[in-house]
Amino acid sequence: MSYLLAFLIGGALCLVAQIVMDLTRATPAVILAGSVMLGAIAAGFGIYEPFARIAGAGATVPLPGFGFSLVSGLIKELPKEGWVALFSGAFKATGAGIKAALIFGLLASFVTRARA
Amino acid sequence: MEPKEYRQRVKRLEKPRPIVRNAFWAFVVGGTICLIGQLVQSGLMAIGYNQETVKAPTSIIMVFLGAVGTAFGFYDRIAKLGGMGANLPITGFSNAVVAPAMEFKQEGPIMGTGARIFQVAGPVIAYGLLAAFAVGIVRYAIMGFKP
Amino acid sequence: MSVETSREIRKRGHLRLDATLAEAATVVGPFEAQGPLGHLFDRVVQDELCGEQSYERAERCLMRGAVDLVLDRTGVSASDVDILFGGDLLDQITTTNFAGRDLGVPLVGVYSACATTSEALLLAGLAVTSGAADTVLAATASHHLSAERQYRYPLELGVQRVPTAQWTATGGAAFLLNRAERGAARLVAATVGSVQDYGLKDPSNMGAAMAPAAADTILRHLRARGQTSRDYDLILTGDLARSGLPLLEELLAEEREHPDHRLQDAGILLYAKAQDVHAGGSGAVCSALVLASLVLPRLRSGAMRRVLLVATGSLHSPRSYQQGETIPAVAHAVEMEAIT
Repeated sequence: MSYLLAFLIGGALCLVAQIVMDLTRATPAVILAGSVMLGAIAAGFGIYEPFARIAGAGATVPLPGFGFSLVSGLIKELPKEGWVALFSGAFKATGAGIKAALIFGLLASFVTRARA
Repeated sequence: MEPKEYRQRVKRLEKPRPIVRNAFWAFVVGGTICLIGQLVQSGLMAIGYNQETVKAPTSIIMVFLGAVGTAFGFYDRIAKLGGMGANLPITGFSNAVVAPAMEFKQEGPIMGTGARIFQVAGPVIAYGLLAAFAVGIVRYAIMGFKP
Repeated sequence: MSVETSREIRKRGHLRLDATLAEAATVVGPFEAQGPLGHLFDRVVQDELCGEQSYERAERCLMRGAVDLVLDRTGVSASDVDILFGGDLLDQITTTNFAGRDLGVPLVGVYSACATTSEALLLAGLAVTSGAADTVLAATASHHLSAERQYRYPLELGVQRVPTAQWTATGGAAFLLNRAERGAARLVAATVGSVQDYGLKDPSNMGAAMAPAAADTILRHLRARGQTSRDYDLILTGDLARSGLPLLEELLAEEREHPDHRLQDAGILLYAKAQDVHAGGSGAVCSALVLASLVLPRLRSGAMRRVLLVATGSLHSPRSYQQGETIPAVAHAVEMEAIT
């Protein structure tokens, strides 16, 4: 069941992003940055947490989930660290993904080259 | 023909984007990638990760898969079909970091790869962090700016 | 006096030429060789890198290859070339300038984006017509992958292309002009384009941005010559593609010019529909490849008598686009006749 939900909800998020892009003719970069911001705002209103509980990877794998992680990491640190968490909290939950991309990117650039 | 009239004609004659087909493939490709994400997550939980600790390793593995797909030169083909279905998942974020890293190797490891590795993904991180900061301030205010 | 002035205005940019287009040579990438004109090109490089380390160097290799080939065929040595007029799309026309370093010929670098082919040809024709030079080369090159790097996204980045997008052609082309009695064709006239900007902004629909420039140049050329489009066997635009050609037809129809089948676009002719190049080909070399491989042999055999080459160029840069500017465009026309 969780697999079906992940497929349907994750797919639906991508479908909406695609339709918005084709209708507004915005560049992919605008859509991606916008969807991260929307995910962050939805997380701020406490909407994303229950949504992710149902959708599983369908909510956390697409980029709005990245915005959700940024915010939930920050909110979790706020009671402990106060204002410092505004600057340090977001990376705690998302650092792994960003650093993984950076490291794999550098490794890929050492061993391969861009092709056709 | 006046430029304004011409622009309207261009709009009318322009071959429309295949919205329905694009949306269908975005759904299928995006859904499949999320399904793979769910498989990874469930697999990790089966070997002892819990609901909280599973998030980071799931991201790392998904980013790894996106990086491999990019390095072997087939992620761009998936994206040509899937559009946002390939761009929106975290594997697409990985593609957006790995592709420029490979691309700008030619211009050297520092000013090429190093300086431009976030050329595409940078806006996502920058504006994501800004949004999180704004949301955080509101939350912090609700908490009465304590501690 | 006033009559004279208005005549001058009407003929602005029009040039009389008398130069022989003696020979042409083409080198293309493997993808272009799979197109409908594939068997007509002189040389096909086996891979996109042309044996070089980067796509930028590969593009130079294509230009150099075409120049070497045209010199070889005509038995002219590089030291006998008076001037090479060349251009390309990369940065500060580095392809041409770096190829010039290797070729060791007096070089004039020209740029009008994808209109460079006709710009170089008309300048070369002018140099011969004026008597200033005896043996002149015109050369262009472009490379799909180096253009993607400069104008669009990293190659491995997953980007969906839109239907109006065009595909930069990979290839090099060189033309040798002189005063010989015999040759492939004779350049008889040209019209220098004026930059047109109808306020379009979408760099993935360049055909639409360039069609008004093509219309302006074609109409000015026909009026200056006292011709109609029916006087031509072929009016070959450079790279308006499927998005721009119908718009050009409409713009010409407004001025009661109906060239019908006489009007063809090199960007459409270069690739097969199944090659998935969206609206069609583009690039500095696009019109040159079609001219050299398809058109010149027909002029040489007499199957065509009169051809107007109207290469079109979209003059934006990645920076101008990012700053939200509209896309100016230009088209230069070169009229050529069969040598009887």
